[in-house]
Amino acid sequence: MALESILFWLFAMLAVGGGVGVVVHPNPVKSALFLVVTFFALAGEYVLLMAHFVAIVHIAVYAGAIMVLFLFVIMLLNVQEESRLAGVWGFMRYFSVVLFVALFVQLGYFGYQGFFGAENVPLVRETEIGTVEQIGTALFSQYVLPFEIASILLLTAMIGALYLSKQKLGLGEPARAARVKEALHEKEEAH
Amino acid sequence: MDSFGDLLFYLVIETGFLKAALVVNLLLVVVMILTLMERKISAWIQERHGPNRVGPWGILQPIADGVKFFTKEDIVPSHVDKFLYIIAPLVSLFPALVTFAVVPFGDQMTVNMFDHLVTIQFQVADINVGILYIVGIASLGVYGLIVGGFGSNNKYSMLGGLRSSAQMISYELPMGLAIISVVMLSGSLRLNDIVTDQSSLLAWNIFRQPLGFIIFFVAAFAETNRLPFDLPEAEQELVGGYHTEYSSMKFSAFMISEYSHIITASSLVATLYLGGWQIPGLAALNLPIVAEQLLQILAFIVKTSFIIFIFMWVRWTLPRFRYDQLMNLGWKSMVPLGLLNVVLTAAVVAFF
Repeated sequence: MALESILFWLFAMLAVGGGVGVVVHPNPVKSALFLVVTFFALAGEYVLLMAHFVAIVHIAVYAGAIMVLFLFVIMLLNVQEESRLAGVWGFMRYFSVVLFVALFVQLGYFGYQGFFGAENVPLVRETEIGTVEQIGTALFSQYVLPFEIASILLLTAMIGALYLSKQKLGLGEPARAARVKEALHEKEEAH
Repeated sequence: MDSFGDLLFYLVIETGFLKAALVVNLLLVVVMILTLMERKISAWIQERHGPNRVGPWGILQPIADGVKFFTKEDIVPSHVDKFLYIIAPLVSLFPALVTFAVVPFGDQMTVNMFDHLVTIQFQVADINVGILYIVGIASLGVYGLIVGGFGSNNKYSMLGGLRSSAQMISYELPMGLAIISVVMLSGSLRLNDIVTDQSSLLAWNIFRQPLGFIIFFVAAFAETNRLPFDLPEAEQELVGGYHTEYSSMKFSAFMISEYSHIITASSLVATLYLGGWQIPGLAALNLPIVAEQLLQILAFIVKTSFIIFIFMWVRWTLPRFRYDQLMNLGWKSMVPLGLLNVVLTAAVVAFF
């Protein structure tokens, strides 16, 4: 138990520290690396909650793939250090403080309720709940509709991204239509 | 905990601490052997002698190399981002050493130790998401290259880091698709189940999944940054790639992580496609249990070594890909082939 507490605080501090680093650090590449630290620490917390599958998918997808792509783009565009808060809307800076306080109070309240409140259920640690088999069974029986909807949403987003990038390259449908129109126009003019 | 034996039992067996330490150290020793093996094999392929000055047949060469790495001056160039520059070799070493944790290198056996019946598993951690763990942690290895490339503050290093990130992402997809097919056959993500699923010679996944095997093998070359896919460190184009600015032990850390990646990738090929530690027909011989276990561990070592040999053989035989060829191969050939393999396997599993 002691070991679990130590690990929990270690990962918690890493996660919060990484999160602060993401926001505070002026260099975009280092911000992204801080985010990786946060993801890794969160995955550690998931393991402590016996959710091995979620933890490892979290690392493989977020830390292993998405953040690599982010870093790739940041490095490719060579974004220089900048004060990113000086954006278009100056008031957003103050608005964000309000949002932060609201969120913090909300989370703190529910956390307090859950921990000390009357309906404090003892924490159940089921070793079976986070296994692949359990999650797979749940996804394909109880939650099959949301699962399919999410997959269609992802597919739509993928096709959309493909369509937009092809359009920019001049291979998509609108671009081809424009080219055909232009060619016809030239033909008419030649006549 | 009333006796020393119990305490020792707790520390050694329950926590698995000793096993983990043993495996990591063995991994590092094997890395040392591999550096010599690579030079010997390259010499053999190119009809040279290779290192033969230190010790008989040059077998002490890795130790001499280690001493040299330790005693060389550790240069930190003035233009680098100091923190990232120093942390990059560590970031690259960590995933390389921990991925081996879930690879089973033998069956389990029960022995009597300090008056306890102990089941020894020849695997550091038998977790139910084994294969996903390897894919997930191995994909973190790219950060060492990216951080090293960016922290070096040098355009060649930076290009090496950029290349590696694109390459890793591209080849993780076909690798994942090949793994999905294997998982569909065995019905489990646990590596031990995948091994026991291939109990007879014809059930080895190399025969059931020939296409998947080729895809996985090629992707493994790309994921370990080995020739013909070693574009992140292409000498002729990028000086040395991401490790151009590194010297002494930091450079060595990059090399160690590369070789540990090769060991893990090879053991994974052996586990997923060559039946892991299994020897077909061994059970029929009725050998004593310890002999059987040792033979199985030996079988695993032989299979893995053979794959490592192929890795080296390919490196000294094939030329490097061009970058666009690399991307075309990954996205236009291997991903569709991997998808086809998944669909075929799913059909076979569903209808037969």
